[in-house]
Amino acid sequence: MHIPDTSAGASKEFIVFRLGAMEFAIDIMAVREIRGWTPATALPHAPSFVRGVINLRGAVLPIVDLAERLGFDPIELSARRVVIVVQIGARLVGLLVDAVSDILSQPHETIQPIPDVASEVVKLYVQGVFAFEDRMIGLIRLEHLAPPSLGEAA
Amino acid sequence: MDPMETIRQTFFQECEEQLNETETGLLALEIGEADSETVNAVFRAVHSIKGGAGAFKYERLVRFAHVFETALDGLRNGRLEASPSAMKTMLRSADLLADLVREARGDAAVDDARLEALRDELGRLAEEPGEPATQAADSFGFQPLTLSLGDLAPETPPSQGWRIVFRPAPDLYRRGNEPARILRELAELGDMRVTCDASALPLLDAFDPGGAYLAWSIDLTSAAPREKVEDAFDFVIDDCELRVAPLAPAPDAEAANADGLEFTPLSIDLPMIDAPTAPQAAASPPPTERKVETVRAEATVSQTIRVDLERVDRLANLVGELVINQAMLSQSIVEAALPRASKAFDDLTALEQLTREIQEGIMAIRAQPVKPLFQRMTRIVREVADATGKMVRLKTEGEATEVDRTVFEKLADPLTHLIRNAVDHGLETPDERAAAGKPEHGEVRLTAAHRSGRIVIDVSDDGKGIDRARVKAKAVEKDLIAADAQLSNTEIDNLLFLPGFSTAAAVSDISGRGVGMDVVKSSIQSLGGRISVSSRPGLGSTFSLSLPLTLAVLDGMVVKVAEQTLVAPLTTIVETLRPKARDVHRLGVDQRVLADRGVFVPLIDVGIEMGFRTTPADPLSGVVIIVEGDGGARCALMVDSILDQRQVVIKSLETNYQQVQGVAAATILGDGRVALILDIDAFVAVTHSQPPLAAVS
Repeated sequence: MHIPDTSAGASKEFIVFRLGAMEFAIDIMAVREIRGWTPATALPHAPSFVRGVINLRGAVLPIVDLAERLGFDPIELSARRVVIVVQIGARLVGLLVDAVSDILSQPHETIQPIPDVASEVVKLYVQGVFAFEDRMIGLIRLEHLAPPSLGEAA
Repeated sequence: MDPMETIRQTFFQECEEQLNETETGLLALEIGEADSETVNAVFRAVHSIKGGAGAFKYERLVRFAHVFETALDGLRNGRLEASPSAMKTMLRSADLLADLVREARGDAAVDDARLEALRDELGRLAEEPGEPATQAADSFGFQPLTLSLGDLAPETPPSQGWRIVFRPAPDLYRRGNEPARILRELAELGDMRVTCDASALPLLDAFDPGGAYLAWSIDLTSAAPREKVEDAFDFVIDDCELRVAPLAPAPDAEAANADGLEFTPLSIDLPMIDAPTAPQAAASPPPTERKVETVRAEATVSQTIRVDLERVDRLANLVGELVINQAMLSQSIVEAALPRASKAFDDLTALEQLTREIQEGIMAIRAQPVKPLFQRMTRIVREVADATGKMVRLKTEGEATEVDRTVFEKLADPLTHLIRNAVDHGLETPDERAAAGKPEHGEVRLTAAHRSGRIVIDVSDDGKGIDRARVKAKAVEKDLIAADAQLSNTEIDNLLFLPGFSTAAAVSDISGRGVGMDVVKSSIQSLGGRISVSSRPGLGSTFSLSLPLTLAVLDGMVVKVAEQTLVAPLTTIVETLRPKARDVHRLGVDQRVLADRGVFVPLIDVGIEMGFRTTPADPLSGVVIIVEGDGGARCALMVDSILDQRQVVIKSLETNYQQVQGVAAATILGDGRVALILDIDAFVAVTHSQPPLAAVS
């Protein structure tokens, strides 16, 4: 884990996680909890990236396979996969990812627009990229992941 | 919250109660089922509103309440007769008063012209406006604050005794004296009647916590000499104003007025005043022979507390969690394969019992009678009747029927709409009714009852009934049905619920507010309820709502389909059966029907319908559940097996996700996993929206 660099001006903290070989980040303020994958109840008529719903202490939480949502290969399920529970508006959504790798702090101005080679889907859900050491980390645009847009395009 | 704001909230809460009281009383007066106490109660209610409104300086409200009160006073002392027209004015005034309270609260403003008109009308009713009102205020003002330490109302006027006026000075309290103790001491001497005079009580901003604002007037029936009475005040004689005079056997209320004990009554709950009075009353042990009476008086008043709804909801949610956890625990204990005789099983049974009782308890807390809701409808009827020139009587039944708070709140709009419709569209004008040989007054009935675990609310009128020919013509015109469609009467009646249907030729101001019966239907459905209509030409129509008692739990049948666990609401299930080969018939490539006692019902493979599997299961290998939807249409659902039958806690899918076709809600089962609750109506609708003939080809 990295100690946040407090010298920077408007720094934000991010949770960094892996989807396959790529790394992405979510504003830590939106993250409610991180938990291991448990089998979900399938939802009928749901797009394939909605893996179903699980019981989060009495609330019904939809699980979105973030890799598949971004157009990558679906995540292979195992107990070692991780669900990041995020709050989007008034809703809670569980994002299924491969693994959480880091928590780091990043000044706002270092975030760059997403390079033009990315697919339209990626551009919709990734709002920018930043460099950390020699890694490139994509910043997820959470508001587009909330239902109903969540289930709109299958 | 700012303390003043809290008191203001309390004032408005109490206004609601007073307004209800006013309306109930006036309605009783209107139909002649009232006694003198009814008029008094109405008067007091209006007077309390006026008093409280004065404290908050709601001038418009105070002025109108004053005029209203004056008219009511006329009614009270017999100067004014409770004629139908007078009562109509009174009821409309009650409505306006309610609107003015709302206005004071910051909601919709009241139209000046309407206010003026009614004020004039009331003024004409009351012969001598102004003067009688003040008189009335005085004699009534005493009641709210009467502090009884003995007999509330002695049968015979006290023949001999003392009238004591006791006005403590601030020093009395400063020296640690307690008026209640003195009053208690006096009570030992004989029967007494204590009236508290709060006239010196200032408004809150001028209130000094160390001040002394209350005075008491005590009528003591006793043979005790004056010295004995004054003895009681021995310790405080320098710190109070005390007058002891022989008691005349005259009526006391007037005597009290003569003494100059005038004050405005307190109609708001002032916690700092309330708190000390309560212990005072409780702490005074009345002499034994009066004990019985005190107890009886208490028993008749039902004790209630006000609780923030949010707290109740939170508790209800926690109980929901408890139910789930208890189910999970039972499953773990079963899985642990403990010996049969293990104590764990007994303990678990006890826990189950307790959980169920807690759940019932919390549901009882959330339940409330439909009475206030029904009461609101009387106003709607009145307004619509006035606007349409129809004469209407609203009869209500089963007002004590209790329904869950959430259901209650969401019922107001659909019910309002149904009532409006009943008067506006259902009933005829007095002329039409006379021509049809019916009494001029139309009748709208609103009834509530519990029936097999649901609450059933009927709205019926004795009007002309649904004009089926017109309904059908309208539906054809609006392209809702084919011109040559052959429809049964029920089917025609149900056209009313189709989106975009409105029977009124002209969109009237009353019913046509851009919402149709389809909106009523969908709001009832969103409550897990059903609506149906029946009608007889010339005799009237009945709209019947059937609602669940609560939105929190339902009895369900837990079934397995393609490795998924699903729940079917028990209320929709007609029967379950193992199909025999001769009952299953093919109808087209994939469609099948099941012969159920000679009737063919569509057979649905739930696994395929829900997308859990792609190849149809063999109908003979599974179990079939015959279900019935809202409209009474049936279909047969094919599942792999039935696992259990249990009460489940309903969890919304929409909170974090969205509505899902074929799924009504979710629940959490004993293993901690989410299970989906089937939306039976969606299944029935799917099978019945396909024209049967198209399936054959």
